[in-house]
Amino acid sequence: MKETRDSIADIWGPRTGYEGQWPERVDERVEEEPDHWVQSACVLCSNGCGCDIGVKDGRIVGVRGRAADSVNHGRLGPKGLHGWVANNSPDRLTKPLIRRNGQLEEATWDEAMSMIVSKSKKLIDEHTASSIGFYTSGQLFLEEYYALGIVGKAGLGTPHMDGNTRLCTATAAAALKVSFGSDGQPGSYSDLDTTEAILHVGHNIASQQTVLWMRVLDRLAGPNPPKLVVIDPRATYTAEKATVHLAPRVGTNIPVMNGLLHLIIEAGYINQEYIKAHTLGFEELKQVVAKWTPSRVEQLTGVPADKLREAARILGTCESLVSTALQGVYQSMQATAAAVQVNNLHLLRGLIGRPGSGIYQMNGQPTAQNTRECGADGDLPGFRNWGNEEHIQQLADLWNVHPDQIPHWSPPTHAMQLWRYCEQGSIKMLWISGTNPLVSLPDLARARKILAKEDLFVVVQDAFSTETTALADVVLPAAIWGEKTGCFTNVGRTVHISHKAVDPPGEARSDFDIFVEYSRRMDFRDKDGNPLLTSTWQTTEDAFNAWRECTRGRICDYTGMSYAKLTGGSGIQWPCNEQYPNGKTHLYEDGVFSTDIDYCETYGHDLETGAPRTKDDYKLLDPKGKAFLKGVDYEPPHEEPDESYPLWLTTGRLVYHFHTRTKTGRSKELHAAAPDSYVQLATEDAARYGIVEGDMIEVESRRGKILEPARVGDIEPGLVFIPFHYGYWDKSDRPRAANELTLTEWDPVSKQPHFKYAAVRIHKVHA
Amino acid sequence: MLLSHYLGLLENSEKQLSDAFEYVSRKHKDEPDIEQICQKLSAWSREHHGKVMSFCQKYSEQQSSEPDKLKRDLFAEKRSGSLTLLRDLHDLWLLAQEVQLCWIVIRQAALGLRDEELKATHEFCNARTKRQSDWLLGRIKQAAPQTLLVAEQ
Repeated sequence: MKETRDSIADIWGPRTGYEGQWPERVDERVEEEPDHWVQSACVLCSNGCGCDIGVKDGRIVGVRGRAADSVNHGRLGPKGLHGWVANNSPDRLTKPLIRRNGQLEEATWDEAMSMIVSKSKKLIDEHTASSIGFYTSGQLFLEEYYALGIVGKAGLGTPHMDGNTRLCTATAAAALKVSFGSDGQPGSYSDLDTTEAILHVGHNIASQQTVLWMRVLDRLAGPNPPKLVVIDPRATYTAEKATVHLAPRVGTNIPVMNGLLHLIIEAGYINQEYIKAHTLGFEELKQVVAKWTPSRVEQLTGVPADKLREAARILGTCESLVSTALQGVYQSMQATAAAVQVNNLHLLRGLIGRPGSGIYQMNGQPTAQNTRECGADGDLPGFRNWGNEEHIQQLADLWNVHPDQIPHWSPPTHAMQLWRYCEQGSIKMLWISGTNPLVSLPDLARARKILAKEDLFVVVQDAFSTETTALADVVLPAAIWGEKTGCFTNVGRTVHISHKAVDPPGEARSDFDIFVEYSRRMDFRDKDGNPLLTSTWQTTEDAFNAWRECTRGRICDYTGMSYAKLTGGSGIQWPCNEQYPNGKTHLYEDGVFSTDIDYCETYGHDLETGAPRTKDDYKLLDPKGKAFLKGVDYEPPHEEPDESYPLWLTTGRLVYHFHTRTKTGRSKELHAAAPDSYVQLATEDAARYGIVEGDMIEVESRRGKILEPARVGDIEPGLVFIPFHYGYWDKSDRPRAANELTLTEWDPVSKQPHFKYAAVRIHKVHA
Repeated sequence: MLLSHYLGLLENSEKQLSDAFEYVSRKHKDEPDIEQICQKLSAWSREHHGKVMSFCQKYSEQQSSEPDKLKRDLFAEKRSGSLTLLRDLHDLWLLAQEVQLCWIVIRQAALGLRDEELKATHEFCNARTKRQSDWLLGRIKQAAPQTLLVAEQ
């Protein structure tokens, strides 16, 4: 074993203070000296760090950061340095499984695919293709999502396709669409190299994107460090470094953000010229936030008025600003509306579209951006607008199908609705790829009941046996990162290629091959009778080239990229085309946004009810490239602590684990660093309940109950925290998944579920 | 002056719409978005109703039971099965149209009367009635294909 640093003990490594150009530091961890290195990028968070995979004798033996990569300048975090061992895990799925007489038994690929195809055909005959749904991931590659998108939209013609990205990044996309007319982050990570101030809202970046946090830490250690404002109810690693930390009560993001904007407008810290030239809706927004005086904010949120003023002064006077938001915003009440307030801050101050200023509506997963771009979730490929007939025609031309083949009569079905249709029995086949909903969905008892239904045919493709594969009718063994070639795009629009380094184990196949094979066996054909995918797609590079055409003229323009160009050097940011052959660091430099009626990805929503706006409504607004300033008033959470359930529960992530730990749980070191779930409670609450560190606690909500060892301290009284990663695949001796407790409800615009609050009660269990 | 007659219609329509949203919210608890948004929209109509009441006093409302009958007719049949949600949303939409039309008529009178307060109340309430209709229509469009083509009894 050779490693350049111990990322378990020292998560972020040594400081290299700087301003301007972030110095390189190559992090490496190999168990043996590789005989060669293969270019890739890390898939264990949304940061998308460029890395090389070390290979010896056809086996992955380690990773190292790519010094030339603009995202990480050589660095890797603990998950990236350790998580790759999962590829070599002896318990990988290597053969298809079919349920026979109630048991999953090994089968051939031909048997498994035949079963899926005959089931599909029967359902289409009897109930139309709308009886088939897909639930995918933020883990597949771009080419795979695009294949899946075409299979679903042009092949089957079902509106029911979404990803677990609905649970993690739907609000990021929704907020960008609300303000700017289209998905797409306006800034670049390089903005952090020079910025004067940073705002993190509901984003524990220190744990979530460790390498991006290294960049912030290095700025804080260098000359002219940026001022840091953190909004988070918990005293996280990120909050510890804040110049000002605002800790609002759970579910009160809107009052805090409205209060900040009110102070900034009132003090005249706004850029009137920019507002006038490039935005719509200022007067309405001003009116909405005006009610939120510092004392009113303090009363409702618990954030002291003087701290709010201090934060407003920093955010109002800095000459450049980078803001980020994540699950503390996206998975809480009024998610989209609160995320939009971050965009508003930048628009009001004119801090957008230039070096040093950027907004990161963050993603959670490594390839979530592609789920959105390629139409494998509730969006259409190339950020096209389902309400715009011209956009549908463009897709129909690309795929050579009739436009009516592509479902666009109402918004594509979002994940929570998709599960509801399964529950009600109108979706009769659910195909799950690369995700483990029986740990990650809210209200797990309900989710288990749905997947166990007799009349729901469940296909799961995954690399490992999980809580979800256990309830499948067919399990397909999937090849993963390192075992296949493809591209993916990080939250900063940076596209990386990940080359195949080793063969997949046993008979495992890539998701790409599986979807293309399904298309071939279903005999999907275009208008002229040619096979839909298989006539032109032999390799993932063919799919990438087809994808480039799909993006031509759209904001996510890939037409200037190729496998050759992405190989070697750094990742490249879209848009990349003839005009910007090396990609573009900032969108909207000219203050012209993607809101033009013929270009926009959406005609917008009512932020309070979620009602979709029509083209006619939009015509009346006629934004012509201006951004929207929108705001709403506060609404209390739908479930609040009461006498029976007196505590707030919030859930979240740990630095050492990713998602449901299917990969990170298989690394000895990551597992040892965070071996089990726990419930964190305040010292005051612990004293009240007579609880000490390590006591076993029953935590109960209206949905279910779980048992967790207690961890005492570093959290506000009245609030308990449970990490969501832990399920049952490696430890089933007690109920412990946080999502046994969470609520089935979602944001009206982004449809993202509310994981960040629920009312619970606790008591100590006597052994 | 027959304004009082229409104020009575409006007053009762807003009340019926508020009650109907509340009813649908409770009936469809298994659809979390329906439950929560209908709660919210019921509260909107309740607030409108309160605002209308002050004009009812000012112009001596003539009480009307017509909207009451309309609601009873609409939600008359005991519904069950896959069509229930779509049909309930359908009826809510019809009730919302009744409210909207009353507001249009009242606005014409408010202009003639030069009653600035009534004009302002119309502006506030009518905009939200439109948003109620928009939400209903969006949700109806979403539910329709799955309900009519795929769902069974």
